[in-house]
Amino acid sequence: MQWLNAVIQGILLGGLYALLAAGLSLMFGVMRIVNLAHGVLAIVAAYIGFVFVNNLGVPWYLAIIIVIPIMAVVGYALQWGLFNRALTKGGLAPLLVAFGLAVVLTQLLQEIFTADNRRIDTGTLATDSIQVTDTIYLGLLPVMTFVVAVLVIAGLQLFLNHTPLGRAMRAASDDPDTVKLMGIDNRQVYALSTALALATVGLAGLFIGMKTQFSPTYGDLVLIFAFEAVIIGGLGSLWGTLAGGMVLGIAQAVGAQINPSYGLLIGNLVFLAILAFRPQGLFPKAVTT
Amino acid sequence: MSIATGENAPTGVKVKRATRSSWAGLVVLVPILVFLAMAPYVLDRGLQQQLVTLFALIVMATMWNLLAGYGGMVSVGQQAYIGIGAYGLIYLAETLGINPFISVPIAIVIAGLISIPISFLAFRLVGGYFAIGTWVIAEVVKQITMQIDALGAGSGLSLTVLNELSPGRRIAYVYWLGLIAVVLAVGVTYFIMRSRLGLGFTAIRDDATAASSLGVRVTRSRRIVFVVSAVGCALAGAVIAMNTLRITPESIYSVNLAAFMIFMVIIGGLGTIEGPIVGAIVFFALQQWLSELGTWYLVIIGVLAIVITLFLPRGIWGLISGNGKIRLFPVGYRVVSPWTARRGLGEKEPEGA
Amino acid sequence: MTLLSITSIDVHYGDFQAIYSLDLHVDEGETLAVIGANGAGKSTLLKTIAGLLRPTSGDIVFDGLNISATPPYRRVPLGIALTPEGRKIFPSLTVEENLKVGAHVKRPGPWTLAAIYDAFPLVADRRHRLGVNLSGGEQQATAIARALMSNPRLLLLDEVSLGLAPVVVEQIYDTLPAITGQGTTVLIVEQDVNLAMKFADRVQCLLEGKSVLEGVPADLTRDQIATAYFGI
Repeated sequence: MQWLNAVIQGILLGGLYALLAAGLSLMFGVMRIVNLAHGVLAIVAAYIGFVFVNNLGVPWYLAIIIVIPIMAVVGYALQWGLFNRALTKGGLAPLLVAFGLAVVLTQLLQEIFTADNRRIDTGTLATDSIQVTDTIYLGLLPVMTFVVAVLVIAGLQLFLNHTPLGRAMRAASDDPDTVKLMGIDNRQVYALSTALALATVGLAGLFIGMKTQFSPTYGDLVLIFAFEAVIIGGLGSLWGTLAGGMVLGIAQAVGAQINPSYGLLIGNLVFLAILAFRPQGLFPKAVTT
Repeated sequence: MSIATGENAPTGVKVKRATRSSWAGLVVLVPILVFLAMAPYVLDRGLQQQLVTLFALIVMATMWNLLAGYGGMVSVGQQAYIGIGAYGLIYLAETLGINPFISVPIAIVIAGLISIPISFLAFRLVGGYFAIGTWVIAEVVKQITMQIDALGAGSGLSLTVLNELSPGRRIAYVYWLGLIAVVLAVGVTYFIMRSRLGLGFTAIRDDATAASSLGVRVTRSRRIVFVVSAVGCALAGAVIAMNTLRITPESIYSVNLAAFMIFMVIIGGLGTIEGPIVGAIVFFALQQWLSELGTWYLVIIGVLAIVITLFLPRGIWGLISGNGKIRLFPVGYRVVSPWTARRGLGEKEPEGA
Repeated sequence: MTLLSITSIDVHYGDFQAIYSLDLHVDEGETLAVIGANGAGKSTLLKTIAGLLRPTSGDIVFDGLNISATPPYRRVPLGIALTPEGRKIFPSLTVEENLKVGAHVKRPGPWTLAAIYDAFPLVADRRHRLGVNLSGGEQQATAIARALMSNPRLLLLDEVSLGLAPVVVEQIYDTLPAITGQGTTVLIVEQDVNLAMKFADRVQCLLEGKSVLEGVPADLTRDQIATAYFGI
């Protein structure tokens, strides 16, 4: 029963990883930028949420409504301020700028909030659970996170497929010069993509902050989990990423069940095994261009 | 990449590598090296230990530049090899009782061997995903280290056998080891870039598809550089372990080491031999100068690196050298056409590439 | 009335000069064909009018507005649309999605999805196919349709016939009257002189980045054109 429980917890955890990965995939898909600051930006959102909830006494659900637009604005500004410039430099510039940003933000969080562990106070939400059988309980927060993650991924997919801006993002991904001939400023499309990516990562960061203890360097792990979910699932498919997140979550949860210190290691080893034996991921996108 | 040299060169066209500035460079470099080699007789121990730190930084920056500046591979996981070098040295010297100075070459060869299978995994990813992939691999190496009791698990290892030497000797020997590491790292990079491999890299950097269709074995070349860089980083790790005498998994496998490497190379100038050395010196100086500011120094250096990436992509060395006119280490070829040579302009013409 | 007026523009690619002090104008409602050999600067001219390249000197005036420094995405709302060299269909989007992206600026006008499907049965047939899976002719038809979706006043067509079978070229040129019939001004770049002479109200010939001949097809002799085209 413990094992079944671990698998279920792992699946729920997978939803959070997929939510984290969605923004990483979106930025890579539209601009070919691998945002190495993705993880720490999730933690930035967690700290903002922490300030609102723990210091200012705002209820956690209101904090979500406040933090998401803040992160979207941050994303928009980062794209115009840094990444659009870096893209014109070409070569390694976007990657190096993203890495520099990651280090700077991590250190700034250390300075402002110290390296102490924090957690966003959600009252009883963190401990409330739904009893399924005599031995299996589902935490309310993990279930909520999973449901929100699936809804966000479905929403993103619909957005990309069926809205003018979503189409413009896919077109800009195909050919950034030709979209200009359609009256679209590709840099503006990029800025909106990054705003959207950071809105999702902000949401994910808040869930992390409510679920677990975090510190400034926790962003490193967040980036790695998001990346592993993307690669395990197969590049370019959001639903594949959800499956990838679940595989990673199950590996970590089952690993931790074997020995608490094995969780991360086993998750990483499963990732490396998939990289070695199935580098296209478990669910590669059927259509490639 | 057809470059006529020697006998088959068209009449009147000379191909040169050295420039006047690179001969001048030799005149500058040799006395500096001699002076540095004499330092243990002149400088106090604390200063020597600080210089060893600088030497390790130069080796790390040079190795990261070899990967990214020439091979186009941005790694955020070279700390894996720094750790393997450091752990390998201490394990060989302490547990197996091998002379530590003999343990160093053994440890770095082990790191090189480990990097070969790793390269097959990492090379399945490209660009930014390669960067994160190398980071994951470094994390795995750290996590595995922490599971091994013989390596001190989570608490790390100490190097005690060096205490058989008097402190003066110990520090001097480690200093010389560090200096040799710098000469080796820079020298190997220099010779790789002057070899066929180096020419191949220039071709790959310009156009990977064209280079591979012309028979440049892209993956093989990249793998060689990946392994050399791992060996070099392990050497830096061994030097660090000898200098600090104590390592922990959290510090020696820290991703901050990757950040140091990246920042040094960006600040100094990507894709040149001189750039990483300049970058390491500037980084070291900033680290010392800003040390009272705590972690703010990394914020300042990070911002500096971002600004340089966006506004000064050739780094400080690019600024000093006037975008490649001055070269202490001539790794490219310079075509001296007969008429410019006759007018005596050959030495001043900037490289076409 | 003059819709587009270009006065003595120079265009460079880095150090290389592609267009030398070129003058050109297009009147509202007319079809101008720009002809010339490979490398004469025809595509460069269209890219410059669309805004992908900026002239190093000289002026481009569209409907009384100097647009020399206007970025390409701001020229589309003004009514300039380019069907680029190589068609540049978005490969991962369906034909219909390509058309919808073409309508991004929502300029009002006669061309709607329904109107396009009416005028281009080939495009209507393939509406759910991905761009990557289209044949050359289908790509070209989609590219023209996509440009029309912005309801341009000035449609720039680059090398419509390039690489297509003659029967396909004919099909595509047969849609031209439907376009000009809506009052759309067309500037067409064409290597095939016979096609250009047949469909254009006026032709202008470029040679090595300079304008060397201009006139109404009926007034020009084959010799004049051959001389201008080849520079002999």
